[in-house]
Amino acid sequence: MTPLAHSPHAHAVTSVSRIMGTVMLALVPATLFGFWLYGWPAAYLWAVSLLAAVVGEAAVVRMQQRAVKPALMDGSGVLTAWLLALSLPPWAPWWIAVVGSLFAVIVGKQVFGGLGQNVFNPAMAARVMLLISFPLEMTTWMPPMAELPGMVESLAITFGGQPLDAVTSASLLGHVKTEFSRGLDLQQALAGHYAPTQALWGQRSGSLGETSALLILAGGVFLIARRIITWHAPVAMLAGVALPALLMSFVDPAHYAGPAIHLLSGGVMLGAFFIATDPVTSPNTVAGQLVFGLGCGLLTWIIRTWGAYPEGVAFAVMLMNAATPVIDRYLKPRIYGRTRKGEALAVESAKKDTA
Amino acid sequence: MNVLERLKLRGGVHPEGRKASSADAAIRALPLPPRLYIPLQQHIGAPAKPAVQVGDSVLAGQVIGTSQGNISAPVHAPSSGRVIAICDHPAAHPSGLPTATLTLEPDGASRWIEADIPADPFALAPETLSARVAAAGIVGLGGAAFPSAVKLDASRRSGVDTLILNGGECEPYLTCDDRIMRERAGEIVTGIRLMQQAVGASRVLVGIEDNKPEALTAMRQAAAGTGVDIRAVPAMYPMGWEKQMIQALLGREVPAETRSADIGVLVHNVATAWAVQQAICLGRPLVSRIVTVSGGAVAQPCNLEVPLGTPVQALFDACGGFSATPARLVLGGPMMGHQLTHTSVPVVKGSGGVLALTQAEIGLTTPAPCIRCSGCVRACPVGLLPLEMAARIRSDDLDAAVALGLKDCIGCGSCSYVCPSSIPLVHYFNYAKGELMAQARSKLKQEATRKLAEERTARMERIAREREEAAAARKAAKEAREAAARAAAQATEKTEATA
Repeated sequence: MTPLAHSPHAHAVTSVSRIMGTVMLALVPATLFGFWLYGWPAAYLWAVSLLAAVVGEAAVVRMQQRAVKPALMDGSGVLTAWLLALSLPPWAPWWIAVVGSLFAVIVGKQVFGGLGQNVFNPAMAARVMLLISFPLEMTTWMPPMAELPGMVESLAITFGGQPLDAVTSASLLGHVKTEFSRGLDLQQALAGHYAPTQALWGQRSGSLGETSALLILAGGVFLIARRIITWHAPVAMLAGVALPALLMSFVDPAHYAGPAIHLLSGGVMLGAFFIATDPVTSPNTVAGQLVFGLGCGLLTWIIRTWGAYPEGVAFAVMLMNAATPVIDRYLKPRIYGRTRKGEALAVESAKKDTA
Repeated sequence: MNVLERLKLRGGVHPEGRKASSADAAIRALPLPPRLYIPLQQHIGAPAKPAVQVGDSVLAGQVIGTSQGNISAPVHAPSSGRVIAICDHPAAHPSGLPTATLTLEPDGASRWIEADIPADPFALAPETLSARVAAAGIVGLGGAAFPSAVKLDASRRSGVDTLILNGGECEPYLTCDDRIMRERAGEIVTGIRLMQQAVGASRVLVGIEDNKPEALTAMRQAAAGTGVDIRAVPAMYPMGWEKQMIQALLGREVPAETRSADIGVLVHNVATAWAVQQAICLGRPLVSRIVTVSGGAVAQPCNLEVPLGTPVQALFDACGGFSATPARLVLGGPMMGHQLTHTSVPVVKGSGGVLALTQAEIGLTTPAPCIRCSGCVRACPVGLLPLEMAARIRSDDLDAAVALGLKDCIGCGSCSYVCPSSIPLVHYFNYAKGELMAQARSKLKQEATRKLAEERTARMERIAREREEAAAARKAAKEAREAAARAAAQATEKTEATA
């Protein structure tokens, strides 16, 4: 006899691998744009990241004597590596991608117990590790160029360790930070460095897949429409960056960049739609997700404005990841028929008028 | 219902309806099977007690099992015939365990008992109305099978002002309420008004999901001018949950640990209203019900009017048998129904549907780790955290699960339905609820044992004490006697000495 099945005897058409696959689909436009903008080295770097994650995860799952195929087929490792790749400087050497991906899937995820158990977003954990360990490689940015290297020359860039000094340029946030340290104000720093439409489309120096705000937004809207994510965390995160930026740029426009610059620079868009919405490391409830997103945004702005690093999305997200269990503990949904504290609601008198 | 009120409805899912296959065919009467297996317990409460003996001839509508206790319902013969056995037969329960069942062999004549039909049913007193509902063996036909008269009586006593009729039928596949509303709207409205009179409600609302436009039209026509207010409610699961229906219709919340009657609302199913009309206007007790036979493996899905006690196999046969090998047989709807292990179990009062599902329809895969997507949190109509509760139960921390609201879970299955990892969340919750009940029972048992042991010790002590006291008394008496004898002897000696 077959074992008794429990209700419900119907199931929505959904699975973990389907969710991960949809998120990857949403990343395709921004990724292809990155390849187009930065050429073959970007594509190589992306491919190396994914490959390293798959191989590394398979090896570790095997060591744990768990089934390898289901662990790989859920797609979470590939997605993690993909997100990490998008946050790397596009011409970074191959070993940056390998070290980052292995760290992400092994230390960031499997060490905690595998899918669903990790406290920190693995891609952001890896990015922070790389930034702290290899600051030079992680801050060597390429400007979009008319003449991109060919397929074979690109191999030398990604795998050959060719020095890039001749062509590098600073990212906008890094540039502003440097100019501030030279005593210049924001207007002088931005002169010739910032054009809003460019920032919107993404034709500027920056991470592989973080520069095109529009394409990332399109991917995010697609995920919201497919009900893979909800709007709460992304909108809260954007608000968390934009509101203090708006306020401070109004108070002191010479030293504080406005909301447009903040929203369209660095990893804010990718962070809002693809990182802050990571189900594993973000709160369970709508209220919790709003707090989480707002915290990510606010911390990003604070780190960018007053911190030592020009960019703060990864740090901000990790700090809020750490706060997630606390948020979940305090922001629970109200149970039907009960107060927020869990006591039964008072019975309203509904007796008929007997008179 | 405006947008704001709709927003107040929490959670819920939108499972694929799959109702079309059975919704468009008229209700057919299922011919009498060669044997009817009538369980004595088809309701919540105490089982009925057999009122006939093996070999007795009975008429259709005759009481064959009498109600026992405060919460119970009688059972009637669906057809005239002979009682050939009163013994155990597999019940319509997932365990498939046997339960006391009366086997009836219909004689095919369908001779009815003489019905007591009142000239004007609306002239009957409220108490008489609910007494007749009780005598007709009517229970909630929405699936819960709670004795209807008990609810009517309690509501009349507590002073309910609003009667709600639940025509939600939010379970996928099921169309029995849809069909009965389309075809028998007039009788249902009469039944509703009789129930209104039985509880003295001043307002009557009927909530019907907006995916049943034909039923809404038919009910509106039948209710015109009666004061019965027919309302469309949004189609979502679990709209048929009594408290969700109250929220949708009245915008009011039933406090935890109370019943809807405590806020002055009584909810009954629309099919129950039809049964009430049959019982009071025609003197016909509840001996049949409408059952949806559906699922991808059924050749011709339809709705049948089935004599209670008919084996499920007869229903599938009447629908052209199976067109594919069913992967799972289900009694009830797919969201809350339970699996049938074989088709010899009988249809009972609470059975709204029998389904034969294919593997593709069930759509479950092997459970995977939780990714904390919080889909279950959004789906829960109660506002619970299913993922957190399941994690606690997995690690056997039932107290923590209770603290998270386990006891408020209604088992609707919305969380399991949406879970991308196919985690059997409801299974966890039902396991934990059962475990808690067992713990409570064993605690009661321990208490009783302890009390008995203490009483025994006290009794033994008392007996020992009494024995000692008696011995002491005897000793004292003996000493007194000896002292008296000594005194007498001394007196004699003295006398002799002086003599």
